[in-house]
Amino acid sequence: MDDTQTIKQHKKVAATTERITGSEAVIRCLIEEGVDVLYGYPGGAIMPVYDEIYKYQGKIHHVLTRHEQGAAHAAQGYARISGKVGVAMATSGPGATNLITGIADAQIDSTPLVCITGQVFSHLLGSDAFQETDIVGISTPVTKWNCQITKASEIPEILAKAFYIAKSGRPGPVLIDITKDAQVSELDFQYKKCTGIRSYNAVPKTKPEAVTAAANLINSAKKPMIVWGQGVILGEAENELKAVMEKAGIPAAWTILGASAISTSHPLNIGMVGMHGNYAPNKLTNECDVLIAIGMRFDDRVTGNLATYAKQAKIVHFDIDPAEIDKNVKTDIAVIGDAKDSLAQLLPLLNENKHEAWLQEFKDLYQVEFEQVIKHDIHPEKEGLTMGEVLKQINIETEGKAAIVSDVGQHQMIACRYADFNVTKSNITSGGLGTMGFALPAAIGAKMAAPEREVVAIIGDGGYQMNIQELGTIFQQQVPVKIVVLNNEFLGMVRQWQQLFFDKRYASTEMVNPDFVTIAKGYHIEAKKVVKREELADAVKEMIASKNSYFLEVCVEKEDNVFPMIPTGASVSDVRLS
Amino acid sequence: MSEEKKSYTISIYTENNIGLLNRVSAIFQRRHINIESLTTSQSEIEGVNRFVIVVNISESQAKKIVGQFEKQIEVIKAYYHTEDETIFTESCMFKIKSELLFEEPQIQNIIKESNTRIVTVNKEFFVLEKSGRRHEIEALRRDLNVFGIMQFVRSGRIAVTKDEMKITEMLAAFNN
Repeated sequence: MDDTQTIKQHKKVAATTERITGSEAVIRCLIEEGVDVLYGYPGGAIMPVYDEIYKYQGKIHHVLTRHEQGAAHAAQGYARISGKVGVAMATSGPGATNLITGIADAQIDSTPLVCITGQVFSHLLGSDAFQETDIVGISTPVTKWNCQITKASEIPEILAKAFYIAKSGRPGPVLIDITKDAQVSELDFQYKKCTGIRSYNAVPKTKPEAVTAAANLINSAKKPMIVWGQGVILGEAENELKAVMEKAGIPAAWTILGASAISTSHPLNIGMVGMHGNYAPNKLTNECDVLIAIGMRFDDRVTGNLATYAKQAKIVHFDIDPAEIDKNVKTDIAVIGDAKDSLAQLLPLLNENKHEAWLQEFKDLYQVEFEQVIKHDIHPEKEGLTMGEVLKQINIETEGKAAIVSDVGQHQMIACRYADFNVTKSNITSGGLGTMGFALPAAIGAKMAAPEREVVAIIGDGGYQMNIQELGTIFQQQVPVKIVVLNNEFLGMVRQWQQLFFDKRYASTEMVNPDFVTIAKGYHIEAKKVVKREELADAVKEMIASKNSYFLEVCVEKEDNVFPMIPTGASVSDVRLS
Repeated sequence: MSEEKKSYTISIYTENNIGLLNRVSAIFQRRHINIESLTTSQSEIEGVNRFVIVVNISESQAKKIVGQFEKQIEVIKAYYHTEDETIFTESCMFKIKSELLFEEPQIQNIIKESNTRIVTVNKEFFVLEKSGRRHEIEALRRDLNVFGIMQFVRSGRIAVTKDEMKITEMLAAFNN
């Protein structure tokens, strides 16, 4: 069918078209979309596009990762710190399937990606040709949209759609699979950005009556509590959220992906919710009278047992995605729309308020958590190093302005709990999918997108070895990321569960590790190992002061646990401190 | 919202693109929901397809699933309806040996009484077609099964709703 009726594009700019190949068109489209860097790995079915990358190398920078998974995560890191669309490229077959973990991660964490894969010649489709795989079929459940191109003439419009879909509304990954014949044949090239698709309402318009109802409920609340998520960051609604919190005096907590939208030092920032979140916001979720959820999706790691989650509270849910409303938690008032717009409309309708006694309840419970957990994590008296004191040292040296890229596990929870966040888009981590191996490549993308920022990857010894090959990318590209491996010689989080719920049967969680410092040095990356507390401060200082990439291994206590903890299936109010 | 499982008819208006069926069926598969029947055809609007899917689920599931469909880029609009809210039918065909038509006079009565249409007759076989509710088709199949059926096939449910769908207005709004 004629697609021009179903999408809207910018009015024609140039009256003339150029005759170019499909593969050149791919690169020209990327340049038109403002892509400066892409991450990928060449191979047979994508070679014509790589030939154009060679020709256009002054205009677009291709980063050769050491694995396609690394390319996908690097593109994610790029997108998460910049808000721009990350681009990854791979060949057909194994190249394409290796992208899948990163695509699935981007889907569940709403990260805008455009992934371009090569495909066998269209006449070979379905013939089990060399490196043929049905990547459109495989990626369908983990993409916001995907599409196969078999004709060169389709490339500009489909890529324009891809970028529009990836970035607009609730962002997500898009995969475009291009057969080799479409790459090598010619088309009349003209690029027009996509501005709308008739079957896709990217940003539902906020209904003023919903905002009014929300404002009335919030104004009547005695114990209101905000829980915000990544929607605030994706919607660039940080200032609007801050204004709402401050005007109505509402204590506000965050999900892992929402972290850094509001400074951790803000007096109304009451910390993180969820399985390893702070004691006060978890406990008081079941005490508040109005729970205002903003750009978050009530993930099971946030809510614990839904049957006992905030049952006493009225729920107001702000979200851009109508499918999130009532998905997990029944909402009393839903405000569907862009967070920035919705919160801006809410602000003038709110009464000024303070809720001092209610805020004091959070402070009191923070003291309980401080005495029982935090103090021991960041000012330990025992001999072994803790992950928490490493984070404290990083906070000191970076003044809480670094972007923290964490992997998955105990170190991730500690990083989220103890990192100071004074700049938005600073907590880059795999939240929904929990992808070990995310941090090292994501840190590469983050640093390249924001070279002016300090980017510190915090990784466990397990996850580090899942994509350790990306040290090669760091070396080749000279990306000055700081890599901290918190080494407890265990898959720490799994070990913690084995200790707590499987009677310490440590099945396959102990790691016999290589000499990480030697490995880093093999890639000509400056490296140091810390085993004693007295070495830590200087080592972190030296790392942050370095102008180059730097690897720091910190040997931490082997069997430390992360607390507080809401055991699976328990209520948020049953959060444990030990 | 009721958690009791019922037969729901899900109608999805979509663009006519390759791969959309995969996207639609994946939403059921991921939630471990069995599809009772699925048909897809052109809708009343040129270039717009309509899926009619029957599933046995609770209303809260139906509502969430419709939300998931609407989230798909090429889905224009999705709805769920109970049986009472739709007019629906199924269609079936039987292939039967021709000699039976003459040897078993009872078959002719069955055809007449059930308002079944004879599509074709030749020397070897004849073909019957009937549209109706599931129980009518099942009754016919039972009646004919006694004599031997060479082939039987039944379509998925097709349904129109008593409510207006307003897809045309929705699409017109895009062009303005």
